[in-house]
Amino acid sequence: MYDTLIIGAGMSGLAAGIRLAHYEQKVCVLERHTTIGGLNSFYRLRGRDFDVGLHAVTNFTPKGAKKGPLARLLRQLRFKWEDLSLSPQIGSRIAFPGVHLDFDNDIGRLEAEIRRLFPRQTDNFQRLLAAVVDYDDLNDEHFRMSGRARLAELFDDPLLVEMLLCPLMWYGNAREEDMDWGQFCIMFRSIFLEGMARPFKGVRLILKHLVRRFRELGGELRLRSGVSRIHVENGRAVGVVLDDGTELLARNILSSAGAVETLRLCDDQSIVEPARAGQMSFIETMSILNVQPRDLGHDRTIVFYNDRPRFEWRKCDELVDLHTGVICSPNNFQYPPEDGKLPEGVIRITAIANFDRWSALNEAQYRLEKLRWFDRTAAAAVRFMPDFRGHIVDTDMFTPLTIRRFTWHDNGAVYGAPEKRFDGSTHLSNLFLCGTDQGYVGIIGSIVSGIAMANRHCLSATA
Amino acid sequence: MSPAEIREEIVDILSDITPDDDLGALDDGKPFREQLALDSMDFLDIVMELRKRHRVQIPEEDYGQLASMASTVTYLTPKMVDCVRK
Repeated sequence: MYDTLIIGAGMSGLAAGIRLAHYEQKVCVLERHTTIGGLNSFYRLRGRDFDVGLHAVTNFTPKGAKKGPLARLLRQLRFKWEDLSLSPQIGSRIAFPGVHLDFDNDIGRLEAEIRRLFPRQTDNFQRLLAAVVDYDDLNDEHFRMSGRARLAELFDDPLLVEMLLCPLMWYGNAREEDMDWGQFCIMFRSIFLEGMARPFKGVRLILKHLVRRFRELGGELRLRSGVSRIHVENGRAVGVVLDDGTELLARNILSSAGAVETLRLCDDQSIVEPARAGQMSFIETMSILNVQPRDLGHDRTIVFYNDRPRFEWRKCDELVDLHTGVICSPNNFQYPPEDGKLPEGVIRITAIANFDRWSALNEAQYRLEKLRWFDRTAAAAVRFMPDFRGHIVDTDMFTPLTIRRFTWHDNGAVYGAPEKRFDGSTHLSNLFLCGTDQGYVGIIGSIVSGIAMANRHCLSATA
Repeated sequence: MSPAEIREEIVDILSDITPDDDLGALDDGKPFREQLALDSMDFLDIVMELRKRHRVQIPEEDYGQLASMASTVTYLTPKMVDCVRK
């Protein structure tokens, strides 16, 4: 009998596991895949390391900061700030037709850009800052308010509204078209007021720290152990059945499999609310270059591009949406001298994609379309950065189907369901959600989600 | 444990939770929340660490007693009289 079983060895599941193992629970993390990480993972291909998921760690605050999700995470997991080896971004860009806004981890830079390009909106931007700082994310009364409507009240230049929404939706909006005001505030803080950073060694460094700590504390991690069923008796989850038929019993179950996905696992047939799965899925192209991006004149860490005056955030009709995307170069962070440079140049481009269209392809078509859309995506991106295509020495690409395989999220929905369950509760009194569908996104956000749900539901109850 | 030992134990727990903070400068009369920016998750940790290390049970309605070092030591003194500092 376990005190807690955790479904999924992603950031949130592992963080929850650390909290519970630290307080002497018998806890096991179950992962269907052969490796850890879920949405944020890494692999080796043809002798090279690739990262999936993470472009940058958002919510970055400098050493010594006492407030904010990063500080909370470090305290709760007993990590030192140095353990995450975070190097800040050089600077990023929001690029629209004929106009771009640059920003970095100092909000003053974005303020100066807005003063220069949107002088009449300077005061309005200060009003927005005050509103974002005032927003209380523990009191979610106004969370579901339309972000677009709120921004339209604050600004009288729609272009600036679209430009501000672009990176925030890209990095954490599960809802199509509009963004919840609460989610806007959370994302605004995490990207503009806190900032972006990356460990020199990438996401694997963070995951390895989490796993090592979990194991040191006596936690059990089972890979290749997909949960096929959550067994329910008399309104309580009593345990799980694994894909190979193994049955495990537990007092509590914490699932990072997603809200809809978790309810579907329950064998009690009592599901009354058909929660809606998300629709926003992506492709990502990865290009390895024989030069550093800076040698091509590209020093931006992230470029959020959009080729129309309005930013359209919705599932596309085609296989891939070429209008908007995110260009990330892991080379362009301020790594300390002892780390030096990454061995090769890397350009990753993320674009919106249609899960259903990709699913409908047969094997041969799938391979062909990957090649075709790799080229089209790169061609779309070089409108907003120097052309790197003559320097490519290796490539890889993922599609919505890859995301589905690694995360188990319906529709390969990276940010999960549009309606979040902030309290992590389900229809069963001892089954809880953590991770993407509980509410927080990003690396730090998902870790904090695991911590918060473990504390709230699995720790205080063990008295 | 004597009150002085309990204080030492609490400092030890706090240094575990906030390793980057200088606890030497802690003012016993002032709330932890002001000096160390502790939030409710951190207070849960103080409670949980006391339970883990010394099997001391602190009911939820008493969490308010842990506001400052002085009030914490006063509150814990009768509860931890038989505990031994490890």
